[in-house]
Amino acid sequence: MELGPYLLFASLEGLVHAAVLSLIALGLSLVFGVMRIVNVAHGEFFMLGAIITWWVSSFVSGNPAIGFLLALLVVPIIVGMTAVLSDWLILRHLKYDPEATIIATIGILYIIQQFALMTFGPDAKPVEQPFNIRLDLYWFGFSAYKFFVIFSAIILLLAIWLVMSKTKFGLILRATQLDSETAQAFGIPISRVYNIVFGLGAAIAAVGAVLIVPIQQAHYLMGGEPLLLAFIVVIIGGLGSLKGTVAAAILIGMSDGIISVFFSPNIAKILATLLVVVVLIIKPNGLFGTTKT
Amino acid sequence: MKKNSKSNLSRRKLMKSIAAVGSISAMPGFVNYSQASSSAPIRIGFQVHRTGIGAAYGRWYDRTTQAAVKIINDSGGINGRPLEIISEDDGTDPKRGAEALEKFANQHNCDVAFGTLFSHVVIGSAPRAGELKLPYFVVSEGHHVASGMLNRYTLQPGITDVKSQVQAMAPFVKDNLGKKVTMVYPDFAFGHDHRDYFSAAFESQGGEIIAKVPIPPTESSFSKYFPKIPRDTEVLYHVMVGPAVLTFVKELGEFYGSKGPKLFGFIDSVEAVDLNTPGLEFLDGSYFWEGNPRYAQDNQTVHDQFYRTAVGVDKNGASVSDPKDVSTYAHMFGCWETLHIIKKGMEVSGYSDVKDRSKLIEAVESMNNMPLSQAHPQGAKIFNGKTHQTFGHQYITKMTNGKLVLAHTTSIEDTFYPDEVDYTKQSF
Repeated sequence: MELGPYLLFASLEGLVHAAVLSLIALGLSLVFGVMRIVNVAHGEFFMLGAIITWWVSSFVSGNPAIGFLLALLVVPIIVGMTAVLSDWLILRHLKYDPEATIIATIGILYIIQQFALMTFGPDAKPVEQPFNIRLDLYWFGFSAYKFFVIFSAIILLLAIWLVMSKTKFGLILRATQLDSETAQAFGIPISRVYNIVFGLGAAIAAVGAVLIVPIQQAHYLMGGEPLLLAFIVVIIGGLGSLKGTVAAAILIGMSDGIISVFFSPNIAKILATLLVVVVLIIKPNGLFGTTKT
Repeated sequence: MKKNSKSNLSRRKLMKSIAAVGSISAMPGFVNYSQASSSAPIRIGFQVHRTGIGAAYGRWYDRTTQAAVKIINDSGGINGRPLEIISEDDGTDPKRGAEALEKFANQHNCDVAFGTLFSHVVIGSAPRAGELKLPYFVVSEGHHVASGMLNRYTLQPGITDVKSQVQAMAPFVKDNLGKKVTMVYPDFAFGHDHRDYFSAAFESQGGEIIAKVPIPPTESSFSKYFPKIPRDTEVLYHVMVGPAVLTFVKELGEFYGSKGPKLFGFIDSVEAVDLNTPGLEFLDGSYFWEGNPRYAQDNQTVHDQFYRTAVGVDKNGASVSDPKDVSTYAHMFGCWETLHIIKKGMEVSGYSDVKDRSKLIEAVESMNNMPLSQAHPQGAKIFNGKTHQTFGHQYITKMTNGKLVLAHTTSIEDTFYPDEVDYTKQSF
């Protein structure tokens, strides 16, 4: 393929990747920023979202768009509630101790993964695209649905930014993130905020899952790679920074897309991980992270 | 508190149980194994990919194995003893595969181990089989058995290997599709067999491999690999495995539409996939290698008919109970045939217990012609006792109106290559 179209294709692939990655990473970043815990089970919430999307859409016959829209409504709620429940049952009892929660979320990771395996089986589950249109771009074809994924992710990110910066709920989250003790002194129910944030983080990842399943199929082992990439994004972008997370997701997503296409996907992963090392050495708080005093 | 079971057993219950046992033994199909010197079952350790990337194959290997065991047991078992399958999930993982073999040998006291498909699991497990002196009958297609890489305890008598398959495909691809080929294959042992042996066979035919595109077997999205396929490719040779094969072919169709190169695929790329899934229309007119044709063909043999019914597969290659549950028909016959070969080997060698394991291997090694029969429904085979590898017919089908229709059957001789090892010279 000629260089121009090659680059166009790689960029488009990279954008799709970046769109979904920014949603997953945003969920992880939100949980870390507000609760100061590392959620190792985050990728499994994403996987759970993907498998439940298949499950929900398998109930709906006829136009695949109906099942997809239903999943878009229901799946984030189910996954969010699962996360709320696991916070209520486990994490809150650990007093959100950073080390203990890492171990606990590793446990949650295995519980969710094995639950998915035992309930839905080991096979990859295909979900039909809500609309099956192939755009012929002369040199190559590209699914119109992939543009829809990019578009939806942008809308969703804008909505999250609006909520965070313009609403009272956003203010409460930001206050808790900035200084949870002072926030509590001002009457903010910290434990409820934590509970909601943990659910919200998982729900945002689940939206990413609903969007990606018609492209990638749901499988019980699919949570590992997005978790790794989300960590990379969050570290590069600066923990807890919305702007940084999105910028880093685009950087990692695009470079993953372009390097994968031109060289190999393994080199893309190696370079992304190297970038983390460089960022940690030069700017330990991430590109957009603020230094804590 | 634990209840005392003795006090709960009334006279009436006891009579009922006796009657139940009596009626079971009177049932049709209940075979009396009393003539055998020992009626203890022959225990076969079945290393099955129940989870992990080989799960779809594992499910069907299991169904085929159970069907074959039922047929063998209904007709009197082996030397009058019933077959018993001890299944162990290996997670399609080499390390767990080796652990499964240890369990078979040391805990379950199995007579033989059997059934592995994925080549990396075979390669990871076979050395342990050699150490445990456990006959290990694989159903894998990899060339690693015949290449001499493994040991005398590992045999592949029920399915042909990739080297012989691709060698028989090369002339067909060159004569009917084109001379400039790009290969897309999974980046592990099985895919490397394709890469090495197809390119060698194709180049010796005067063809040219213009690009090779390896893809990790755990990959979940594939579009990013397709721009590596050169524009002047005449034939795209594709073989893919793993849970994401449907995504692979869908994205291939998305990328090329109807404008792409001609396609020649190994059925692995769509094994266990419903070919009438939306987005796969572009496959119409493309060719596939099949170990055994998924769709019942016009010239279907009575043996295929019998085998298909026994396993529970309909004429479209899907489960009779769920038309969406498509089988791995091109591969799973290997389990059926291998079990029949184990049966024959045990009968010929007068196998009685684990001390006769080497006699069993020698008996299988001395097998040669395996004619088309109920035990070999895929077709006749010639087994090479020195290389522990079987050779057989290969099928090329063409996707026509949503079905795979037989276009060419190779001879067994097309698949021969010179021996690379003589396992019979190794000591037990």
